Amino acid sequence: MTIALSPTQVPVRVNEEKCIADKGCTVCVDVCPLDVLAIDLVKGSAFMKYDECWYCLPCEQDCPTQAIEVDIPYLLR
Amino acid sequence: MNVLEQEFDLVVIGGGTAGPMAAVKAKERNPKLRVLLVDKANVKRSGAISMGMDGLNNAVIPGHATPEQYVKEITVANDGIVDQEALMAYATRSAAMIDELDRWGVKFEKDETGDYAVRKVHHLGTYVLPMPEGHHMKRVLYRQLKRARVDITNRLVVTRVLTGPDGSVAAVMGFDCRTAELVLIRTRAAVLCTGAAGRIGLPASGYLMGTYENPTNCGDGHSMAFHAGADLSNLECFQINPLIKDYNGPACAYVTGPLGGYTANGKGERFIESDYWSGQMMLEFYNELQSGNGPVFLKVNHLAEETIAQIETILHSNERPSRGRFHERRGTDYRHSMIEMHISEIGFCSGHSASGIRINARGETSVRGLYAAGDCASVPHNYMLGAFVYGKLCGEHAAEYCEGKDFVPHAPEAAQAEAQRILGPLGRSEGLTPQQVEYKTRRLVNDYLQPPKITRKYEIALQRFEEIREDLQQLAAPGPHELMRAMEAHAILDCAEMAARASLFRTESRWGLYHHCVDHPQRDDENWFCHTALRRGADGSMQLRKLAVEPYVVAVDESEKAAYHRLRVARVAETV
Ligand SMILES: Cc1cc2nc3c(=O)[nH]c(=O)nc-3n(C[C@H](O)[C@H](O)[C@H](O)COP(=O)(O)OP(=O)(O)OC[C@H]3O[C@@H](n4cnc5c(N)ncnc54)[C@H](O)[C@@H]3O)c2cc1C
Ligand code: SF4
Ligand code: SF4
Repeated sequence: MTIALSPTQVPVRVNEEKCIADKGCTVCVDVCPLDVLAIDLVKGSAFMKYDECWYCLPCEQDCPTQAIEVDIPYLLR
Repeated sequence: MNVLEQEFDLVVIGGGTAGPMAAVKAKERNPKLRVLLVDKANVKRSGAISMGMDGLNNAVIPGHATPEQYVKEITVANDGIVDQEALMAYATRSAAMIDELDRWGVKFEKDETGDYAVRKVHHLGTYVLPMPEGHHMKRVLYRQLKRARVDITNRLVVTRVLTGPDGSVAAVMGFDCRTAELVLIRTRAAVLCTGAAGRIGLPASGYLMGTYENPTNCGDGHSMAFHAGADLSNLECFQINPLIKDYNGPACAYVTGPLGGYTANGKGERFIESDYWSGQMMLEFYNELQSGNGPVFLKVNHLAEETIAQIETILHSNERPSRGRFHERRGTDYRHSMIEMHISEIGFCSGHSASGIRINARGETSVRGLYAAGDCASVPHNYMLGAFVYGKLCGEHAAEYCEGKDFVPHAPEAAQAEAQRILGPLGRSEGLTPQQVEYKTRRLVNDYLQPPKITRKYEIALQRFEEIREDLQQLAAPGPHELMRAMEAHAILDCAEMAARASLFRTESRWGLYHHCVDHPQRDDENWFCHTALRRGADGSMQLRKLAVEPYVVAVDESEKAAYHRLRVARVAETV
């Protein structure tokens, strides 16, 4: 095995209290142009799975509970 | 091997701006046609206009500008290398398209009399129509797609257009980026609307997806057109934009210019007369950065409070709404500070410059049954409205073409080969990650291809690209998402190589910074007043040739031709 994981801080933060993925919501996952969000089935909330974000904001804008906050990726700040 | 097979009369590839328009217009022309719109993202929020747009950059509206004026302006801004008939096809349909979008519910700025409030940003004419409430573009388009009953498949990454024995379009292939399922769609015709090739170069921040373009647009369409045998033209006319440093989005002089903002050097002085993005403007920008007078800034801090508040509302709610957050984190307030700007990475984009899949005034590529519209096609400075107009032209002409065209068979070996190419990375548990291969390709593009262009550097780049081509065989993808990135790495490498070969072919300098060659510093109209076309040779290699510039339909006289070369502000001699 020669493939390693490099940890990185992602720019999208999901408020697990507000997120209603456990009730079946997948809006942010559906709209993200880069397909980088996913649902954590154990926690029942959305999260950013890949650090490949265009900081474009459809996820934040379309979330029905305002659970998402998009920051500018660290390398650009 | 499991392949989902489908059949449609027409497949539109890419559901951003041009794509939805093409699909709707094809259905309007012939409601019986089975039209499929596919996107690797979700058409509800995909493409350059995913969060709307600040305005139309090139509106040709009677009373403000004529089609002839517009064709002349773009001819001059593009150093004469244009297909004027294709520009004219856009210009004469521009106003009707705005009216149609207006009826559909897109909000344009109007004056007290209800007339469109067009503003001057270009060097000569008046073409910018603001859309301060332009954030709902995609919703408006989606409603039209539903009304016209267009079939939609999201999250399908198209990777190849297959042709039949007669060379015309037979099928398209791709895979689902959630399940990695292979898909083959037999079709009579296809429209490429895959946007710019925005991931060829690496942004200065080093963040792979921190590009000017929506990073979904990484040149898949350019690569597909090449492999299908279509011509791509003027690829050496790169897209390079003046952007907010690090944020890498528009600053944006088109919004602020008409309100009194301008591009300034480090001393706060204006150094270019027109902020309209052209190769010459970018060269002046570059020279200012190099001269010691940089950095370059967007200056609005001299404006009145109401004006600044208005600018903030537009720029922080539309198009690239995270601009506000970026400034806030750095403590940049438009009232006090100027906004630092920088030069973007290179790309192919006819929307802003002139490079792309070669089309004529009907949207046809050189492959029968294959059409292209928007940023991936070749009509210069086409921007958003051009994507809509050419989307419409392609949809209508493709619908007509389908009526007289039967399905043709594709070569099974070609489908087989493509299936293997796609499945390759999934089958490997060891190897290179897509992210590594992409980073390296794009880093080399910056090192060797970013203008000023130097022959020797370009030759080295081609050697290194050849090495990476071998590395593609080692790409490993643990899942469907990474598979998408792996196949994108293939397209990015194709585009990087095309950018290098096209640039080496044109041995002159033209289009300001876009094709600024150190070894051939002069413009050479005698030998190079022509388009260049790149296509796939029988052996699979990239072949280049010259194509004559089509006869002008609007005459441009000598004094007008030089207008864009006089962009630099004349300076009064400094007193000692
Ligand atoms: C930040 C920014 C600001 C801009 N500002 C303005 C402005 O103010 N005014 C103006 O007139 N113009 C502006 N433009 C230009 C304008 O937005 C574009 O010219 C226009 O939207 C391009 O439309 P398109 O259909 O070619 O591409 P897009 O709308 O980007 O659509 C391309 C689509 O193709 C899909 N796709 C790509 N590859 C594949 C594949 N392999 N398989 C399936 N689908 C695929 C993508 O997901 C995307 O949805 C701006 C552009 C940007 C990036
Ligand atoms: S900001 Fe854009 S790219 Fe980033 S997660 Fe949200 S929708 Fe996806
Ligand atoms: S859209 Fe909001 S509520 Fe729905 S899954 Fe995403 S974060 Fe959770």
